[in-house]
Amino acid sequence: MSNFFFETTGGRVILTFAEALALLVPLLIMVAYLTYAERKVLAAIQLRRGPNVVGPFGLLQPFADAIKMLMKETVIPSGSNRLLFLLAPMLTFGLAMVAWAVIPVNEGWAIADINVGILYLFAISSLGVYGVIIAGWASNSKYAFLGALRSAAQMVSYEVSMGFVIVSVLLCVGSLNLTDIVLAQQTIWFCIPLFPMFIVFFISTLAETNRSPFDLPEGESEIVAGFFVEYSSLSFGLFFLGEYANMILMSGLTTILFLGGWLAPFGVVPFTWIPGPIWFILKVCLCLFVFIWVRGTFPRYRYDQLMRLGWKVFLPLSLAWLVITAGALMLFGWLPHAPA
Amino acid sequence: MAFLDRTARSMLLGELVAGLVLTLRYFFTRKATINYPYEKGPISPRFKGEHALRRYPNGEERCIACKLCEAICPAQAITIEAEPRDDGSRRTTRYDIDMTKCIYCGLCEESCPVDAIVEGPNFEFATETREELMYDKAKLLSNGDRWEPELSRRLEMDAPYR
Repeated sequence: MSNFFFETTGGRVILTFAEALALLVPLLIMVAYLTYAERKVLAAIQLRRGPNVVGPFGLLQPFADAIKMLMKETVIPSGSNRLLFLLAPMLTFGLAMVAWAVIPVNEGWAIADINVGILYLFAISSLGVYGVIIAGWASNSKYAFLGALRSAAQMVSYEVSMGFVIVSVLLCVGSLNLTDIVLAQQTIWFCIPLFPMFIVFFISTLAETNRSPFDLPEGESEIVAGFFVEYSSLSFGLFFLGEYANMILMSGLTTILFLGGWLAPFGVVPFTWIPGPIWFILKVCLCLFVFIWVRGTFPRYRYDQLMRLGWKVFLPLSLAWLVITAGALMLFGWLPHAPA
Repeated sequence: MAFLDRTARSMLLGELVAGLVLTLRYFFTRKATINYPYEKGPISPRFKGEHALRRYPNGEERCIACKLCEAICPAQAITIEAEPRDDGSRRTTRYDIDMTKCIYCGLCEESCPVDAIVEGPNFEFATETREELMYDKAKLLSNGDRWEPELSRRLEMDAPYR
């Protein structure tokens, strides 16, 4: 009966909607608590306490922040392009959410288990630049514009080396499907054989999500807040949510590509008792912790250094490693054959 | 060779990892800050906080309107007017401190011959309006009544060093 219902078009729509809700609500809660975790971890690194007044251990702080943000007035600058100005944060937020459609939290738990999952992710994350550029241009403010230019240049540059890193992973897997990528890591997680690429990928994700030490688009000390200077209230909130959701997305991608997704470490007994989604979330949290840890440790890059790192270090490095990977796979006959 | 050495070192991210280890170590060390509104740091007996006018144990106010504090106040925050009282003793009719002018130097306290004006341990007297910070005699005397146990204890602790 229920199976029949879910076979109809209306049933499918409802089912997909429910699935999306089941993914996005925990995701948004995770975003809220990521801001809390960030403040707490940074505070601990700086020997402070962090938020601890609202609720036990300050656990209700994200909600207090959200309410405060929603109560604020939405200011639309008089010189701005209204439509684009309001479109940009929605675009950023929407893209950050849409990308989650293909992320498999457990075997078969992806909302859309498509064969070109990784390409889809790559395309969506590239589209994210539009949100930034539109925001910077529509604000009609020089700081926002400079921030948007920086952000666009940075995201484009690092996407190149990220692409090569992903290609070297794909060579080892023989499939673009994210579930296949995880299943290919049953013997060994790719962070071990492809360790240098793992590091390059992680640093590129930092740059891709505009996180410190690559947070030049926001560079408070130079261009106020970058592309979202002019934003306030909910439109600022959407940028904020989008940025943090992107962080989680990139951590998820790192987990899937290099840390074996939902697979338990070593695949031995005490670890395999814990279900896959828990492992997935734990690994994502680990990545996010490193994100924040890096932010608490390193000073911001200078812009030319950032570009030099992207084009003159990461690009040749990832390209060389790609060739080495391909050569090794051919030489030892380890080339995987895509499941027919 | 030096070039190779430098490149290898930067490629292995040695310095970055050292930095990460350092911050991780700090992550687990004890916090340096105190949980302020609930915990407070120790305060010296000489702490120069909110002003108070003290009284003798019999309830008579100490101030004799000598105006030394008014004279020495570098910010000219103190205003005193005085008249002989009905019993012939000299007392203030007006003793105002503009807390927004006061620089909390403690010279009023130092100059006072009868330990009448003192700066107490209270530093949490923020107000929502500027007017509330124009302290008059009644406010200062009530401060004195409120903090007297603490004030006399502090004077006693600091006495050997004066």
